[in-house]
Parts: sequence; structure tokens; C-alpha cells
Amino acid sequence: MYARPASENLQLDANGRLRHFLTIEGLGRQTLVDILNAAESFAGVSARTVKKVPVLRGKVICNLFFETSTRTRTTFELAAKRLSADVVNFNIGTSATSKGETLLDTLRNLEAMHVDLFVVRHADSGAAHFIAQHVSPGVGVVNAGDGRHAHPTQAMLDMFTIRRHKGDFAPLRIAIVGDILHSRVARSQIHALNTLGVSELRVIGPRTLIPTAARTLGVHVFHDLEEGIRGVDVIIMLRLQRERMQGALLPSEHEYFQLWGLTPKRLAAARPDVIVMHPGPINRGVEMDSAVADGPHSVILEQVSYGIAVRMAVMSMCLQAPSLEEQPA
Amino acid sequence: MTETSPFLQHEAILDLIDGMAREIGDELAASRIEQPAMVGIHTGGVWVAQRLHRLLDLPDPLGTLDISFYRDDLTRVGMHPEVKPSKIPFDVDGRHIVLVDDVLQTGRTVRAALNEIFDWGRPASVMLVALIERDGRELPIEARVVGLRPTLREGEHVILTGPEPLALQIATSRQRKRG
Repeated sequence: MYARPASENLQLDANGRLRHFLTIEGLGRQTLVDILNAAESFAGVSARTVKKVPVLRGKVICNLFFETSTRTRTTFELAAKRLSADVVNFNIGTSATSKGETLLDTLRNLEAMHVDLFVVRHADSGAAHFIAQHVSPGVGVVNAGDGRHAHPTQAMLDMFTIRRHKGDFAPLRIAIVGDILHSRVARSQIHALNTLGVSELRVIGPRTLIPTAARTLGVHVFHDLEEGIRGVDVIIMLRLQRERMQGALLPSEHEYFQLWGLTPKRLAAARPDVIVMHPGPINRGVEMDSAVADGPHSVILEQVSYGIAVRMAVMSMCLQAPSLEEQPA
Repeated sequence: MTETSPFLQHEAILDLIDGMAREIGDELAASRIEQPAMVGIHTGGVWVAQRLHRLLDLPDPLGTLDISFYRDDLTRVGMHPEVKPSKIPFDVDGRHIVLVDDVLQTGRTVRAALNEIFDWGRPASVMLVALIERDGRELPIEARVVGLRPTLREGEHVILTGPEPLALQIATSRQRKRG
């Protein structure tokens, strides 16, 4: 629906600082490490009496959600509030777009309310890029998931979780399991893990759910779960969208679990200190057994907490660039 | 361009810190404070605080503050990419706190540090100590104990490098530095 920009550098200003956060593609290792380091500082804020820092005091952040999401929107909202920003939640399903207002009209109206940063989720790939191309100078855009394209803050909170547990990325073997084809999360994770330089990246899933071009992304493809997770340090499970069951892409949920569901027995093939991750919400008994989701290797709830710190880092970095330099010369 | 010239070397700085520790001990005794806790401001203030903390033999571990999130010029200068997490490993509520900075000039760093400390809890009191105090105050903030008050010319400022060895240098630039 929307044209992709000619350059991914839309995200960076002339000094290489983050202006928008739309996709992991086109960002260097140092930018990703800066985000992780900033998130590390913000993670400490949750431990204090006053869980707030004045970094974005006086700024207005607008959650612009064209696709419903409770948990992502809530963590963005909480992150913005911990930065002392004011937050407006704009649910497009219940707004003027249903009365025929165009996306650009909506955007112009919100800008007239002096919004400094938009957090955008949309079912169409490229929607956040489109908005970033049309906002006024100095206004930032953070992609909270666009179609099948990208979900970069989810990928960065996963990177943060991995770094907290494993330290260095270089020696790691990491497996991503499930519906890679439709997953914007997987796409962003693969770019982030490649940029951060993991030793081996594997994707595991049914042939119908792995893109034919996966190998060009520098990953090893497996169709057998136990074979794929052998010796890995990290397993990232993806959520299986139940609507995919309707098409011919998948057998029944029961059969999927038989073949690709993560159980304690299968988990034994991975390294003894393996961590198991999932972006949530989990379909228990489909992607994984409850004994794994609630077991000692699971770091799923930590991911949710870290999501707030990582979103604080990204939003503050997008609004850090001095506004005077944003004006075209 | 900035030109730097050496000002004080490691041993001389340690002597200053030893003197500060004795004075802090006297001040605490005069105020009848028995169990103070100590907090250093990143980065230089932490180096000074580590030594003071040892000399005063304080029971609680040293707290460290990175005041980046509280700076009043954050939107102008941008966030430093290597912000260190603040750590206060004791309960701030009701405590007497000795706050340590390396160079006290405008007072803005200390203002930011006080704001952050109060977001951790409500201390009983805060006593400011600084290795170097110089002119240029822009806020009503004063140190109780000071290592040295050098006389400096316009455009000169003092920089502490370290931690091993500690060294003070005088930098001269046309642009004024906020300390």
C-alpha cells in the first residue's frame, strides 16, 4: 500500500543519531549497542521509590495504533510515563478514519496538538516509514509493528534479554522457532542478531512457514525441532497466529504441537543453560508446553519488564537530537 | 581548541582527599551524625568518593549517581551514549548523605544529583563535599568541605582524570564548560 523509502537513513540525522526507529535494517552495531546500554541505565529506574526520570518532561507522545494491541501499547505508555512525557492514546479503529479522514489528515491534526513523537502500529508494511516521511522536522516516529515487515523494539528487548543472560553475542548459537514467514518479530530479530554478530543463527519450522529466501538472510534452516535446537544457547519461540490454521499452511494445533511444540524432553537437546524466550502471548500446548513456559529456562516474563526499559531508551534517543539542528539549513 | 596543562599529580590529590576525610569526620561529629551514607557523582566524584569511603570506614556500600537523565541542558547537548546506571545500594529514607563531586562550579550538576537522590527517597540531610571548588556559581549551592579552592582565570577550568593515577589538569578554552 505504501511506498518504501529510497533510503533507510531516514532513521538517522546528519550526525548519525537516531531520529526515528523504524527498522533494524540500516542501523550499525554501535547504534544497537547504544540502545542496549541506555536501556541498562533505564532498567534501574524501576527499582526506585519514584519510578520516573525527567528526561522527556514537557514532551507529548502519541500512541497511534491502527491495529489493536494491549501489551505493546501498555509498555510504550508506561515507558513514556517513566520518562515524564505526556501520553495520548489514539485508537484509529474508533476515530475519524472510520468517518473517511485520510491518514495524512489525521496526522496533521495530531501534529497541530504538538505531538513530539508518534508510536505507530499498523497492519500494512511500511506504514511507519510513510508517517516518518510526512511528519514535521523534529517529530520522531517509532515503529511498534508494521504488517509483516518489522517490530524493532520487540527485537531490541529480546537482544537486551539475551545480553543480560549471556553477555557477549559473538559465541552464541540461537534458534528461532515457528512461523517465520508471517513474523515481523522474526525479521527484526534476524537483522539484529546478524548486526550484533552471533556465531550461528538457525530458523526452525514447517516448510510452509519458512520464507524461501531465508538462507539469503544468513540463517541455517531446519524442519526438525530436536535437530535444530541441538547445542543452542537461546531458543526464541514465535507466536502461532491461530488464523493461519484456517488456510492450508498448517495441520491442526494438535499436530503442530506434536511436531514443533517445545517440551521439556525436547529442550534437553539444547545446552543445559539454554534460555527460552517468547514475545507473548503464548498459546500453551501449541508452541510450547506449560512446563517449559513456566520452567527454569524460561525468561518470558523478564522480556516484558525489559520491554519498558528498551522502549524508554529508544524514545529518549529519538527525542534527544537538538531541535535546532533538525531544521533544514 | 582546548589546551591543557598539569595542575596536581596523584600524591598531592591523595593528600587533599586525606584532609577532606578528616574535615568530613569533624563536620559529622559536630552535627552528631553517626551513620552517614556516601554517594559519588559519576565519573570523577565517584573516584574521590571511593577513597573517602575507605578512609571514613563507612558500613554501607558507596552509592553512585549518573545524573545524565536530570541535566537541565539534556535537550541541548543530547544524551551521552554511555550513561552509567545509578546505584544506591541502601535505603535513602531518613539517612544522612555525604554527596561527593569532583569540581563544583555552576552548581547545576549538584542540583541534578539532589533531584535524583530525592527520587530514591527522602534523606534526613545531604552534605556536599567537593575536591575542587571554584567561582562561577549559578545556583545557591555550597560545599561544606572542600579539598582546594584554586584561583582560575576566565575560560580556564579544572578537569580530574583517573582513577589510577588521579591527575588534575587546567584546560583553557574559549567555550565555557559547565561543571
